[in-house]
Amino acid sequence: MTTILNREDFVVAREQDVVPLRNKVRDVAVKAGMSILNQTKLITAASELVRNMLKYGGGGSVAIETVNNGRDNGVRLVFADKGPGIPDIEMAMKDGYSTGKSLGLGLPGTKRLVNVFDIKSTVGEGTTVTIIKWKNG
Amino acid sequence: MDRIPILKMGDFLLVTIQVDLYDQLAENLETDLVNSVKKFDSKGVLIDISSVAIIDSFMGRILGNIGVMSKIMGAEAVIVGMQPAVAITLVELGLTLTGITTALNVEKGMELLRSKMGLGYGQNNYHDNNTE
Repeated sequence: MTTILNREDFVVAREQDVVPLRNKVRDVAVKAGMSILNQTKLITAASELVRNMLKYGGGGSVAIETVNNGRDNGVRLVFADKGPGIPDIEMAMKDGYSTGKSLGLGLPGTKRLVNVFDIKSTVGEGTTVTIIKWKNG
Repeated sequence: MDRIPILKMGDFLLVTIQVDLYDQLAENLETDLVNSVKKFDSKGVLIDISSVAIIDSFMGRILGNIGVMSKIMGAEAVIVGMQPAVAITLVELGLTLTGITTALNVEKGMELLRSKMGLGYGQNNYHDNNTE
């Protein structure tokens, strides 16, 4: 059972929004009592996902939540875009796969940095990625 | 447009990244550095990232590019001062920065550059990620 303690929404429309978003995520992670290493992992994961959202989804929104699972506090981030969607998620989650010019580390690499990684995508409607990093995870 | 300053010191170029990098800033740095190597006929480039809290795959790739481009231009690039949390995160992300020469801090980075140029700075024994 995960309860939401606090929630803020953030709109990402252009590249200049990335640094303020990273700072916002850092603030929330610090408030949740996260170690420097877990903060760094979470913010890096957020940076990867927000970059994807801008590049492939044309921007979108990010929900930044402080959550609690009964044992531990954590930060949940929900990235939602109304882009073209991902036709083959399994392929997109493979290391080294990329349709763009990147290294293809984005999604599988990001998954390794967080405790929960969930991706839902509908072609023509958009993509939603949810991640959770627990304070002691 | 924002730019990260590049300082010329003798045969070397010094860059200290003190701000959060966003894509355009990183791309400008890449271009400016390569142009400066040509302009000043530099033999070495030292990039201090001790104030950088986040390096994602894009910024990691830019750092890699800077290393390779400098080499092609005849200069050695050394990246110094990476924070431990950044190093751990980069490896878990899958970015191992092969091809980049690193050193623990500015002082060791300078010694490394000097030794690579044969300027002699005692017997050096630093770790070099290059596969040469």
